[in-house]
Amino acid sequence: MRRHLNARFLLLTPAFLFVGGLLLLPLAWMLVLSFVDAGRFSLVHYARMLSDPSYAKSFWLTFQIAGTVTLAAILLGYPLCYWMLRLSVVWQRIVMICVLIPFWTSLLVRTYAWLVLLQRRGLVNTTLQDLGVLNEPVQLMYNVTGTTIGMTHILLPFLVLPLFAAMQRIDKDVLRAAAALGASPIFAFWRVFFPLSLPGLGAGAMLVFVLSIGYYVTPQLLGGGTTVMIGQIIQRNVELFSAWGAASAVSVVLFAIVLLLFYGMNRLVSLDRVFGGSN
Amino acid sequence: MDAPLGSSRLSNIALGLFGAAVVVFLVLPTIIVVPMSFSNLRYLSFPPAAWSLRWYLEYFNSTEWMLATVVSLQVAICTCVIATPVGVAAAYALFVNPGKATRVVYTALMMPLMVPHIIAAIGIFFVYARFGMNNSVIGIVLAHTMLAIPFVLITTLSGLQGYDMMQERAAQSLGVNRVSAFLKVTAPQIKGSIIAGALFAFISSLDEVVVSLFISGGPTSTLPKRMFVALRDEVDPTIASISSLLIITSLGIGLAAVVASRKKYA
Repeated sequence: MRRHLNARFLLLTPAFLFVGGLLLLPLAWMLVLSFVDAGRFSLVHYARMLSDPSYAKSFWLTFQIAGTVTLAAILLGYPLCYWMLRLSVVWQRIVMICVLIPFWTSLLVRTYAWLVLLQRRGLVNTTLQDLGVLNEPVQLMYNVTGTTIGMTHILLPFLVLPLFAAMQRIDKDVLRAAAALGASPIFAFWRVFFPLSLPGLGAGAMLVFVLSIGYYVTPQLLGGGTTVMIGQIIQRNVELFSAWGAASAVSVVLFAIVLLLFYGMNRLVSLDRVFGGSN
Repeated sequence: MDAPLGSSRLSNIALGLFGAAVVVFLVLPTIIVVPMSFSNLRYLSFPPAAWSLRWYLEYFNSTEWMLATVVSLQVAICTCVIATPVGVAAAYALFVNPGKATRVVYTALMMPLMVPHIIAAIGIFFVYARFGMNNSVIGIVLAHTMLAIPFVLITTLSGLQGYDMMQERAAQSLGVNRVSAFLKVTAPQIKGSIIAGALFAFISSLDEVVVSLFISGGPTSTLPKRMFVALRDEVDPTIASISSLLIITSLGIGLAAVVASRKKYA
């Protein structure tokens, strides 16, 4: 038994050293830094977050964008998954590869693609003009719109993977039973299928929301200078002002929110199902 | 599969059109940069007004871009080589000893996926500042390895799912020690998952932006860091050619991972 325990310990040690030393330790240190000002204990960094309206504005904007992105991902992702469920296995695989293509591609590359597509004379504007939807090009980026479009595209696969996996697990006999008992298709969908798919939808939606609130690259590039999300507040505090205490305090609050959301999500669906994708 | 709900033909068609539109929304913006990168103008359009390799030549002839590419490839290879055995060892230990303590360790090792990268980035930046490790290749490799461990863990654990440990015991009872029992009996059976994990570790490092933004710089700048900085200042068309090469690389590696792990996708 002892040898067993030792072996397990040895095998886990390297991984634990990496995550402990390069993630948990820095996090603990930031927690300490957030309570220190000029070498002594202080709540000034947290007080500033409450008193300075630019922080409240950024938190509010972050939640707004995260909420919009999540809603957009649900509206696009739910019908997609429902459609995929009806396809043959081969087509399901092909569509799944299409969902995974952006999932594998670098986030920076995809943000760049949107920079090109959404510019004034970009493909989106010219197509909308050719179709007669627009008379003149509209400002689609360097604002909240561009950030939201880019983030929805980047995060959609995170909703689709757990949702589709959840839909696949729904027992088809339940739906046949509903039909046999005289339920109309619409009734059966809303009263039987939709409730059964809710845990998967909830997990996917929360994953998208959690990832959104910590985003940095996409709002920085597609948002212009005006769309300042929490991640950018942290970066500015470090790079522009070398204000480590302030950056740490914002990080602590952001991380606390993220942990809380993951905790809630874990109660809905076990996390490995979410991260494990479509197994 | 037959339609679960015998709904009308019309709504089926509408659903199909919507689904196809979402697939286009997912795929098109990801790959449209590739044809655009063959433009000969500073202004990228689709389809390009005239085709040329101008931006590819620009990339390959730039010492700065080449240096960043070499740094990124070095870092990604080292990350892959370190994160794979570390992650496989941890996954194996977690699989062999299920229990409450295991859940806690598992959650801790999955933390790199949960912590927003911007927080991890400044945390590592603070720690490295203490030890003078910012702007060092070894520092970037260590940070990327930490970030890649969950990917190896997930793929290896999913490969081990349903694996019967009695096979290893049988090997041991025949006189093989534990390590060779793993290497000769278990490892070959989960080879595909391990390869998939290694590929994901490689690509996660190659594509990593936020942490590199803080801890790499000057001659150790990674490719994504240089791209990010270039994009922040002005939209440089050279990025289109680099992006296209990265897209091809990601697709190749992603598909290879799917094939390696067979029915498992991610």
